[in-house]
Amino acid sequence: MPAQVVVRVQKESFDASAEAAALAGERKGIGAIVTFAGLCRDEGGTLEALEIEHFPGMAESEIHRIAREACARWPLEALLVIHRFGMIRPGEPIVLVVTASAHRGEAFAAASFLMDFLKTDAPFWKKQHRADGGEGGWVEAKAKDDAARERWET
Amino acid sequence: MKALYFAWVRERIGKAEEEIAPPEDVKTVDAVMSWLSARGENYAAAFANRKTVRAALDRTHARHDAPIGQAKEIAFFPPMTGG
Repeated sequence: MPAQVVVRVQKESFDASAEAAALAGERKGIGAIVTFAGLCRDEGGTLEALEIEHFPGMAESEIHRIAREACARWPLEALLVIHRFGMIRPGEPIVLVVTASAHRGEAFAAASFLMDFLKTDAPFWKKQHRADGGEGGWVEAKAKDDAARERWET
Repeated sequence: MKALYFAWVRERIGKAEEEIAPPEDVKTVDAVMSWLSARGENYAAAFANRKTVRAALDRTHARHDAPIGQAKEIAFFPPMTGG
């Protein structure tokens, strides 16, 4: 049975445990579920919010492409990616990755792979809004994110 | 073709999208950036450091040397910072 793949790009928040439970559903072959949630940090109290811009259409298609790659690499039962856009406050979730497989190794590896590729390939951009009202500016891409992605290239 | 701009590329150019009609001899993503840069200071500022600008043709990532071919849409944006 092919893996169930769910991709959503949305403004609304989400409930990570409810999403994971719904994804697993009645699939009794699942022995491991890895749930990763990325949250908005307050950066030591200096950040008011992150404003996330995205490329509608391409955001979804890039995440689907990355998901297909993960399914080709590991025997997954199910996979879910939710990525939010718009204004996000510290403590709120930004991204959710859920991977389900028979054994934990594949689920851990696929979740890590998905996050590394989401960071560098999915068209989202974060702008910082500072708590003191000053201009926060666009978050710059990090070299370590590129390095994290490169380790999957074989 | 339709041109789309995101994040600080959009802010520097001052618009999110527009119709553009590059001449015949503008054949690659890089050539489109050069051609746009000549249109005004706002474009020149957006494309001043091209290494920090990424592109997509019809919603697929494209290298700077990629031919634009028959693409209907070209998008320019900074390196991505999602996740």
